[in-house]
Amino acid sequence: MTLQRIEQVLGVCTALGLLIGLYIGLIYAPPDAVQGDVQRLMYLHVPLILVSYLAFFVVFVASILYLWRRRRQYDAIAHSSAEIGTLFTALAIATGSIWGRPTWGAWWTWDARLTATAILLLIFLGYLMLRALMEDESRGAVFCAVLGIIGFLDIPIIHMSVVWWRTLHQPASLLKSGLWTVAPDMLMALLTNLAAFVLLYGYLLAKRLRLEGAKEELFNLRMELLG
Amino acid sequence: MRTDGAAGLHGVAPAVETRGLVKWFGAHPALRGINLSVAKGEILALFGPNGAGKSTLLRILAGLMRPTAGSAQVAGLDVGRDGDSVRRVIGVLASGHQLYEALTGRENLLFAATMLGLDRHAERVAKVLEKVGLEKAAEGRVRTFSSGMKRRLALAKLMLHEPKIMLLDEPFTNLDLQATKLLEEFLMTSKITGATTVLATHNLAIGFALADRMAILRQGRLVFDARRDDVSLESLRSQFALHGELWEVE
Amino acid sequence: MTFARRVLAIAWKDLVAEWRDRESITAMCFFAFLVLFLFSFALNGDQTLIRGASSGLLWLAFAFTGVLGLARSVQSELANDCLDGLLLYPAEREAIYLGKLLGNFSVILLVELISFPIFAILYNMDLWPQLPKLLLITVPATLGFAAAGTLLSTMTAGLRAREAMLPFLLFPMTIPLILAAVRGTEVVLRHESFELAMPWLKLMAAFDLLFLVGSLLTFEFLVEE
Repeated sequence: MTLQRIEQVLGVCTALGLLIGLYIGLIYAPPDAVQGDVQRLMYLHVPLILVSYLAFFVVFVASILYLWRRRRQYDAIAHSSAEIGTLFTALAIATGSIWGRPTWGAWWTWDARLTATAILLLIFLGYLMLRALMEDESRGAVFCAVLGIIGFLDIPIIHMSVVWWRTLHQPASLLKSGLWTVAPDMLMALLTNLAAFVLLYGYLLAKRLRLEGAKEELFNLRMELLG
Repeated sequence: MRTDGAAGLHGVAPAVETRGLVKWFGAHPALRGINLSVAKGEILALFGPNGAGKSTLLRILAGLMRPTAGSAQVAGLDVGRDGDSVRRVIGVLASGHQLYEALTGRENLLFAATMLGLDRHAERVAKVLEKVGLEKAAEGRVRTFSSGMKRRLALAKLMLHEPKIMLLDEPFTNLDLQATKLLEEFLMTSKITGATTVLATHNLAIGFALADRMAILRQGRLVFDARRDDVSLESLRSQFALHGELWEVE
Repeated sequence: MTFARRVLAIAWKDLVAEWRDRESITAMCFFAFLVLFLFSFALNGDQTLIRGASSGLLWLAFAFTGVLGLARSVQSELANDCLDGLLLYPAEREAIYLGKLLGNFSVILLVELISFPIFAILYNMDLWPQLPKLLLITVPATLGFAAAGTLLSTMTAGLRAREAMLPFLLFPMTIPLILAAVRGTEVVLRHESFELAMPWLKLMAAFDLLFLVGSLLTFEFLVEE
C-alpha cells in the first residue's frame, strides 16, 4: 500500500471522524452543569494534548531507530512528527487558554497540566529550531535524535515536578481537580474526538512524509547529476 | 581513478586505503568517489586547491568524520567500526595546533601522554621536547609561544606515541625555517622506520621533495596520481596549473 | 584504570586552565552577584517579597551563571581545534564527556559556594548553620545541571546562534531540577523538617540518573561528524 493511498484513506477517515466527533462534542453531549457550553472545549483540548504526547512518543521511537539504523526515513518520521506535535501542542494550549478564561477568569493559569504542556511546546520548538540552525543536515538529524530521545524521557520527570510543585507546596487554589466523574455521554464525546484527532495526526504525518519523500527524490537526482 | 598499484607490488595490505569514498555536506559534494591506496612506508603528497576535499579526506581517514558512502581502511582497520584502534596507531598534525594556551608546553604534552594511554610520561615528554628543541621553553605557557614554537610543540605531541601512520594537513604553512627543517627531517626519519604518511599541502616544491607518490585532488576527485620517479617538478607544476586553471574558470 | 585517569586528566586540565586565568570564574561570580543585586531592585526592595522569593532568585542566578560557565567551557575546546585534538586520542567518548562534566560541575559548584555568602548578605539570611543541608540540595542540583549542560552545550557549540540556543534548549529540560532545587532550598531556609525536601531530592536523583545515563549513551553520536 503506497503512502499516497494510506494518506487518502486516512484523509477520508479523518474527515468522517472529525465530523462525528464534533457533532457529538458540540451538539449531542450535554452541557456541563457548572461551566456550560464552554466546557465543550475539553473535547478539543484533551485529545490535542494526548495526541501531542503521541507525537512525541513517535519522535522518540523514530529517533532511536535513526541512531541505530541511520535510515533517512526514520529521521523524516521524527521531523514530521515533531512539526505536527508542535502544532497540536500550540492548539492544545490555545484551547486550554480559551477554556480557562471564562472558567477561571484568566487567560493563563499556572496549573500543572497547562504548565507541563507549555514546557512540552518549548521542547518541541527547541527541537525544530535546532534542526533549522544546523547547516549539516545529517548531523542535524543526529543531534535532533538525541534531543528527541532525552527530551521524551524527561517528560515524565517534568510532569511530576510540575504537579508536585502545585500540590505539595500550596493548597490548590486555582487548581482544577482532574478527577471529576465524567458522564457517559461526555466520555463518549471525549473518546470519539480522541480517535478523530489520532486519525488527523496520522493523516498529517502521511502527507508530510510524502513531502519528505519528494525532497529525498530531488536530492538523489541532484546527487546523480553532480556525482 | 584507480591507484592500487601499491598492494600489487608488495603483496602486503596497504597502510591506507579508500574505496569509493563519498562525502556530501547537505547538497554539496565534497568527495565524489575516492579510490586511494598508500603502501606501508610510502609518503603520499596530496595536492589541491582550497575546497578540493583534502581536509575532508584526512578527517575521514582520522575517524573524525563519517563518510556518506564508501569505505576507508587504515592499517587494515575500518575507520568507522574500529575508530578507537585506528586512533591508537595514527598521528595527526592539523592546521589548528590543538594546544591549550593556558597550560605550559610540558603540561600539554603530559596531558597528551595520559590521553594516549602511554607509560613513562616524564621520560617520553623529555625525549620529544629535546628533539624539537623546546626543553627550556616548555615551562612557559603556550600562550607566550611564537607560532613557530607552537608548531614545534604540536610536532612533539605527534612524536609522543611514535605513530606508524601519519596524516598531516598543511603542516608547512606558516612554519619558520627551523621548524620546517625539523619537520622535513622528522618525515624522512619516520620513512626509514617504516611509517606511512599522507601529506596534504599547497607547497609543490616541498611535497615533491619528500614524497614517493603524488596525487592531485580537485573538486572531490583524484585527477592525477603518479610515482615520483615518473614525473618531474615542472610537469607536476603544469599539471597543477592545468587543474588550477580549470577550477578557476568554473 | 586508564579510563578514570583520562577523565581526571580532562577535568584537571580544565580546572588548571581556569585557575591560571580565572577569567571564567571571575566573570561568573560577578554575574551571579549582579543578578542577585538586580533582583532586589526588580522586587522594589520589598523585604517580605524578597525573602519569600529568595530561593527562587538564588537558583535563577545559578542557572544563568551556569549557562555562562558551560558556554565558556565548550569555547575553550573550540579554540585551536582542541576538540578535534581530544577526539583524536584513542580515548572513549564517554571519558571525554565525564571529564568535561566533572570540570563543569566543579566550576559551577565553586561559584555557587562563593555566591552563598553574597546571597546571605544581600538578602539578610543566616546560611552558616544550614550549610550542610543546603549542600545536600545544591550538589545533586548542580550535578544534574552540569550533566544536561555538558551534553547540550556540545550540541550547540557549532551553531550560529549558540548563545541563545543553549539556554533555549537547556532551561525547559532542566525545569524539574530548578523547581526541585528551589523547593528544597526553601525547606532548608525556612527551617522546616528536612523530610519535606525528600520528594524533591528523589526528583533530582531521577533527573540526574536520566541525564547521566542518556548522555553517556549518546555523546559519541554528537561528536562524530
